[in-house]
Amino acid sequence: MNAVYGLTAIVLVCLVTLGVGAFGLRLSRTTSDFYVAGRAVTPYRNASAIGGEYLSAASFLGIAGLVYSSGFDMLWFPVGYTVGYVVLLVLVAAPLRRSGAYTLPDFAEARLESTRIRLLSSVLVVGIGWLYLLPQLQGAGLALRVVTGAPTWVGSLVVVVVVIANVAAGGMRSITLVQAMQYWLKLTAIAIPAFVLLGVWMADATPAPEIAGGMNAHWGEPLSGFGGQDHPVYVTYSTMLALALGTMGLPHVLVRFYTNPDGRAARRTTLTVVALLGIFYLFPPVYGVLGRVYLPELPEGLRPDSIVLALPSAVVPGTVGEVLSAVLAGGAFAAFLSTASGLTMSVAGVLDQDLLRGRLGRITGEDATVVQGFRLATVLAMVVPYAASRVVEPIGLATTVGLAFAVAGSTFCPLLVLGSWWRGLSTVGAAAGLLSGGFLAAGAVLITMLGGPLDGWPGALLGQPAAWTIPIAFCVAVIVSLATPGRVPRHTSRTMVRLHTPEDLQLERAPSHR
Amino acid sequence: MTPGRSSEPPERTARPARVRVTSSRRDAATRRDLRPLTRDIDEQTDLGEVYMAGLMSAQLRLALRVLAFGAVGLGGLPLLFLLVPDTRTLEIGSVPFPWLVLGVLVYPIAILVARYYVRQSERIEREFSQVVGRT
Repeated sequence: MNAVYGLTAIVLVCLVTLGVGAFGLRLSRTTSDFYVAGRAVTPYRNASAIGGEYLSAASFLGIAGLVYSSGFDMLWFPVGYTVGYVVLLVLVAAPLRRSGAYTLPDFAEARLESTRIRLLSSVLVVGIGWLYLLPQLQGAGLALRVVTGAPTWVGSLVVVVVVIANVAAGGMRSITLVQAMQYWLKLTAIAIPAFVLLGVWMADATPAPEIAGGMNAHWGEPLSGFGGQDHPVYVTYSTMLALALGTMGLPHVLVRFYTNPDGRAARRTTLTVVALLGIFYLFPPVYGVLGRVYLPELPEGLRPDSIVLALPSAVVPGTVGEVLSAVLAGGAFAAFLSTASGLTMSVAGVLDQDLLRGRLGRITGEDATVVQGFRLATVLAMVVPYAASRVVEPIGLATTVGLAFAVAGSTFCPLLVLGSWWRGLSTVGAAAGLLSGGFLAAGAVLITMLGGPLDGWPGALLGQPAAWTIPIAFCVAVIVSLATPGRVPRHTSRTMVRLHTPEDLQLERAPSHR
Repeated sequence: MTPGRSSEPPERTARPARVRVTSSRRDAATRRDLRPLTRDIDEQTDLGEVYMAGLMSAQLRLALRVLAFGAVGLGGLPLLFLLVPDTRTLEIGSVPFPWLVLGVLVYPIAILVARYYVRQSERIEREFSQVVGRT
């Protein structure tokens, strides 16, 4: 692969990201601008921004790599990523916006009227955010190595630096603009090469995918092992559940909903997001399938996750292939940058507001300004996952992302769904749900990531825990709530009015004590 | 069943004549008009709670209907592949059926379902606003 073209594309993407971010900086003045873009982003632009932020390394490189190595069953990943937004739309989109909170811990506190729940949510947001940042940084390292041969720590560091510069400087407004642009950048970068490669494939009289020696012979068929795992039916359902219910619990997804002007706009935004994701996800499997046609044996030193970048040169050798690879490398970097920016934004916001502010004030004798504190939090939000990416062996981009979804689905999904729809949720019940779901899912994730893949039922149950951890978390929250009716928040009825009534009605929406 | 009952009540022939009762101020505002339903909601009266519960259960029923459709449609696919193994290799115009469904068709269906939900939930809210917000 030609390093010059690839590097040019990557540098260009980084510069454009910084440039658009700097443009947004001039507009970002108040604290509200900084966090939620002044709440005046149109549904269409907001949807592009959500799409831009959501399509991560797992979507851009991971899905193709999975389809390439494990076949049909991996199509559940893009389907799940999209369906997650439909579930989010019907269950929590409008209530979340109407809650009027900035971050997920804000929602938890407003609904449950407890600062302890707030702290618990903050810790979970930071944990899920870091878990999700890890594969973004690993993916960046991987991509830069394919393009230039540089060691993996360089690519990760590039993303860390660009994201810190962007988030710390401009906050949410600049990020909204950057993200909206990056959706279209990514769609173009994945669609155009796909059409060219498909054209070449048709001109070659559509040769069939080849299954290399030692591979699953039923690569193209459903339930063929879900990436060589036992119990494919369980893993299929568990993955679907994790992706469908986990999306709403991802910290960087939620923060975007607060930038809608009202609940109705939040729903329309989500509808547009479903459409934008649906268009994008038509393309990654194309690379996986064509990879099987043109690169039946993975070249030496490549991971399946890099198949997207390696494919064009194998299909059309020469300059055309190299230019297409460069376009894809640029798109992949856009994916790392945008997802990492969004995650960093929300992790830094929570770190700053809930975990650092008081302590920082004590250390500096109240010298640090609000924005300085946020900038410090931004650096912290990125440095920890960077350090982890140096230590933890990559276990596949989409797999790690799937684990982040499982933790999000086991913790915030019950909190948000029960919090929006059930008046009986008590403070103790919500805390018990968060803790039980969090401990079980995070435990399973840690065993899988540190202990390596296991066989048989333990491997299946721990490798994709959502199918049991999510129902357990829901049950614990409900049962404990029923047992502690005295701890149902005092203003629950008022909060429900706020979460569910359309904004055109003149109603009192704030609890009376405020 | 009892055709004669309404037309001729048997032993009530000596009833007093009907009197029409009207208010002298028929154009006066009724109590309900002076007191919009939004106040019932704000003050959390029983009536206000009934309206809120109605709104929430209408929205929740809609949401559960959409989710059930998705769960049966998507969740049924692995089951179909498991129980009817022929569908795993079925081809429609040289495209394998599973790839066609999961690679392409899911997305337009997801968009249509989402659009249906948005329209229905906006309709529920419009009706709620009309009933509660009339002044």
